[in-house]
Order: sequence, then structure tokens, then C-alpha cells
Amino acid sequence: MTALAYRIDRSSRASRIGSSVLIALGLILATVPQFFVATVVQQLTSLFIFVILAVMWNALAGYGGLVSVGQQAFIGFGAYGTVFLAQRDVPPYLAVLIAAGASAVLAAVLAPLVLRLRGGPFAVGTWVVAETLALLVVLDHSLGGGTGVSLRGLNVFRPDERRAYTYWLALAFLVLLLGAVFVLLRSRTGAGLQAIRDDEEAAASLGVRVWPMKAGLYVLAGFGGGAAGALILANTLFIEPRSIFGVQWTAYMLFMVLVGGIGTFEGPLLGALLFFGVQYFFADYDAWYLIGLGLTAGAFALFLPRGLWSLVPVRLLPVGYHLRRDGPGFDRPR
Amino acid sequence: MTWANAVLQGIFLGGLYALFACGLSLMFGVMRIINLAHGDLAVLGAFVVWWAATSLGAPPALALIGALPLALALGYLLQVTVLTRSLRGGELTPLLTTFGLAIVIQNALLLIFSPDVRSLATVTGSLSTGSWRIGGVTVPYLGLLILIIATGVLGGLQLVLERTGFGREMRAAAQDPDTAALVGVPATAVYARATAIAVATATLAGTFLAIHSTIDPASGPTQLIFAFEAVVIGGLGSLRGTLIGGLVLGVAQTIGAQIDPQYSILAGHLVFLIVLLVRFSPGRLVPTT
Repeated sequence: MTALAYRIDRSSRASRIGSSVLIALGLILATVPQFFVATVVQQLTSLFIFVILAVMWNALAGYGGLVSVGQQAFIGFGAYGTVFLAQRDVPPYLAVLIAAGASAVLAAVLAPLVLRLRGGPFAVGTWVVAETLALLVVLDHSLGGGTGVSLRGLNVFRPDERRAYTYWLALAFLVLLLGAVFVLLRSRTGAGLQAIRDDEEAAASLGVRVWPMKAGLYVLAGFGGGAAGALILANTLFIEPRSIFGVQWTAYMLFMVLVGGIGTFEGPLLGALLFFGVQYFFADYDAWYLIGLGLTAGAFALFLPRGLWSLVPVRLLPVGYHLRRDGPGFDRPR
Repeated sequence: MTWANAVLQGIFLGGLYALFACGLSLMFGVMRIINLAHGDLAVLGAFVVWWAATSLGAPPALALIGALPLALALGYLLQVTVLTRSLRGGELTPLLTTFGLAIVIQNALLLIFSPDVRSLATVTGSLSTGSWRIGGVTVPYLGLLILIIATGVLGGLQLVLERTGFGREMRAAAQDPDTAALVGVPATAVYARATAIAVATATLAGTFLAIHSTIDPASGPTQLIFAFEAVVIGGLGSLRGTLIGGLVLGVAQTIGAQIDPQYSILAGHLVFLIVLLVRFSPGRLVPTT
């Protein structure tokens, strides 16, 4: 009798090719501002922001089971944090970085509060937090109150320089956050988080440290949301509280993640690309467009819960575990 | 005396919030789901009543009574078409589908009724504006009526849950759907009744909101948030608690508004967050007390 001859594969040929292609794509994307016109650069920047939002919401909901309806709290906080710092003569791009970090701190402060709730109550609880922050911003007249505020200080750059810097910063955040989620999923923490998502009590009884993992994930998502918000501001130069703290961000994230594939690494990337296209062609139809988004997201949740990516039989990135049997072994169990 | 009056007006306002929270609380108690479209369903119902009262010229009370069976049917249909399937997908799927539904309802209302702000106050006459002055305080007709109806609906539903066979079935399906099914209580049917009642009470609440102030297609989310705050403040899954939670939220808002009108809603949110901090232990769904 041979010894147990199993091995665990962490990558496959497809995933090795896939990751090489993604890395090459990242390098190619980095050169875009040199060759393309302003609109392309600006559009791609907003695509990167959508990808960041989708990846972060998927990390929360798809891997941690934390369906938040209130990530716009961090989007708004990141954007208004940048304005606040820029008003105090912090260089704008440095302000973007600090505001993203401050959003992570905010998430760390809020985590003990909102993570008391689970499931539906967690979802609406995070929404209340976002509404509270929006109200506080409206009360502050130095931040423009309810009418909105512009980001000053970026006019030291030429417009094409400014667009290129914002583009590179968005790409850098995107690579950083994708890398963070990738490392997280490859680690024990990733397995622990998915166990929590599937059954919190069972995970806890197997020794998964539930609370620090959920809090850590919430802080990561807070950082990503804050970065996205700050980048939205840097890309559009103007924000107002009703829209930057608006729940429509959650609708977008829900659509991207559900259509692409919740709980998969590649799904949100695909979903963000699709959403970008949908928005480009249909955003003018306003109410019909949003009805379409809502119906599509709901239909995917019901009928194809793992999204479009579940129809694709390969994994582009080595984030899974594949148990294989080597050599001569046992008879196949019945 | 202005403060006493603020507290009293808060109690009347709280009656409205409790009425909004009733259906949310019932669905959470029975199925453990939060219906993210609850506020929008309420506004949808209110729009139907508004349309019947202004375009068809029906008396508002008759329009409301006519709309309630429709709301029951809508709730029942919602359960059998969308929510039953969602519940099979795990505890998170209902959140995703009801959020999608909320977006659909809001934008459909926007297409049909335009973004204009509407009110039923114009057709309800002295009910929406009249009041008694007793001592230094004001008792609005409408506030008192809403409070009586809210107490009646929540109290009545609590009694039905505790005392009747119908309520026993609902509690059984809530505690353990599989075991309930074994003894001949199919959870799907019970859940559909719960959602039907929830949508009907939401219509009632939405209509009174339209009489009390105004509605527009985007009013739903705010009402959902207030209803949710009332449910949490009162303790999740208890209708009696929900009534008290609504009143506390209403009083918090009017006291906040007494300090500065801008603080009204903020004060409600802060009370909610404080309750979250004090009464819930980390990681648990139910209050510790």
C-alpha cells in the first residue's frame, strides 16, 4: 500500500498565464497617459475607481459575508477629508493619500460599533452611519455645506499633467488593493474569512478568530472606499454631499459584484468593466437605466448567484486550493 | 413648556415611525430578514392612495381602505415570487434582492409620478391641520389619530401573535421552519402572510406620512432608515419594543429640532448609535439585556 499521496496545487497553467497577462496589462496601462487624449485618460481613471469599489465591496460581502449598504460613508469621508486637508495647504495628492489612511482609521473606530450587528441589521446600520456623516458634513459651512465644494490646489499642474497624475495614482491604488486582496486570499486569513461568511458560529468553534478578521476586513474596505472617494474628487474636482454620500454607490457596487461574480477574485473586475460600458451607453436614460441595474442585480442574485465569472471554467489568478491525487493510490471511493 | 410640547409632538411623530417600523419588525421577527425595499413599498402604497384620492376623487379614507387589500396581495406576491427564492440562497441574498427591488420601485415611481413632491394634506382638510390646545401644549388631530392607529396595529398584531392559532403558526415557523413543516405548518405560506401584513402596514404608514407631510419617489430610503432605527432602539424582533423604539426616535428628533432644526434627524441617528453601543454586545444579533 502506498502512503497517502495527495498534493495541494495553488496554481495552474491557466492561473500562471492569467497572472502574467494581468501584470503585463498593468504595465501597459501605466503608459497610457503618454499616448492617449485627455478623455481616454479621464475615463480610464473612473474605470479604475469603479474597479476599486467593486473589489472592495466584494471583499466585504463576497469573502466576509458583510453586506454593507453604507460604504459611501468612506467614499464621502475620503473625498471630504481631501478637501479639508487641501484647505489647510496640504499638497492635494498628499491629501488624497492621507485621506485614504484617515478612512481606514475611521473604519477602525466604527468597526466595534457596526460589527455588533450582522446580516440585515449590519447592512442598514452601516447606512445610518453614512447618513450621519453626510449630515455632519452639511452642517459644516467651511466644507461648502449642502451645496458642494471644489478641490483647489490642483491648478498648479497643467490639465494634462493633473489628469496623468490622478490616473497613475488611481492605478497605483488599484494595484495595491488588488494585491492586498490577493495576499489576503492566499493566506490563512482568507480561508478563515470565507468560513465566517459561510457560518460564523461554526468558524468560531473551529478556532477562527472571528472579530479581528471581520474588523480587519472592514478597515481594508474603509481604506479602499476612502481612496476611491478621494480619487473621485481628484478626477472630477467637485463634490457635493448628497451625491458623494449617496446610496447609489452601493447600487453600482452591488451591480458590478453580482453580475461579475460575488466571492470570486476575477468577477468584480469583469463586473466593473461591464458596468463601465453600461454606464457609458445608457446613463442618459436615467430612471430606466437604474431600473435596469436593479432588475439585473436582483436577477443575478436569484438565478446566477456566482455571476458571469462562474460560467468561465478557468481561474486567472492562483487564489484557490486544488487537491490532487498523485500516482498509484486508493481505489476511487464509491 | 416648549420642551414639554416638543416631547409631546415627538410622541405623536413617533407613532408614525412605529407604524413604519411595524412591518419591518414583523418580517425580521418571522424570517430574520431586513426588507430593504420596505420604505419604498410604503411610498408606493401612499402614491396609489394619493392617485386615487386626487385623480379619481375618492374620499381619502375610502382610497386607503381600497389600497390595503392591494397591498396585502402585493406583499403575498412579493413573497412567493422573490423572497421565498431569496431565502433559499442564504441569509445575504434577501438583502441583495430587496435592495434591487428598492431601486426598481423608486425609479418606476419617478417615471410614473415625476419627481414632484405630493401631499394628501390638501384633500384631508382639518384632519391634517387642526389641533386642540390644552394648557400650554398642542394636540394635533392627526398626531393623536396616528398614535392611536399605531398602538392599535402593533398591539393588535402582538395579541394575534400571542393568542391565536394564526400567531402560533407564525411563531413556530419563525423559530424553526423545518420542524414547523413537520407538524403541518408550511413556512412558505406563513412567511407570505407575514409579508402581506408587512406591506399593508407599510401602506398605512406611507399614507399617513403623505397626510402628515409630503412624499416623493425618493422618500423611501429615509423612512426605511427611521423604521430600522425604531426597530433597533426597541430591541430587534419585538413588536412591543418597536412601538417604544418609534416613540423614542420621534422624541429624539423633536428635541433635536427644538435645539436647532438642522439637528432633528441627526439627533435620531445619535440615539440609535448610542443604543447600539450600550445595548448590543459585540457580534451578537440580540440585545444583551
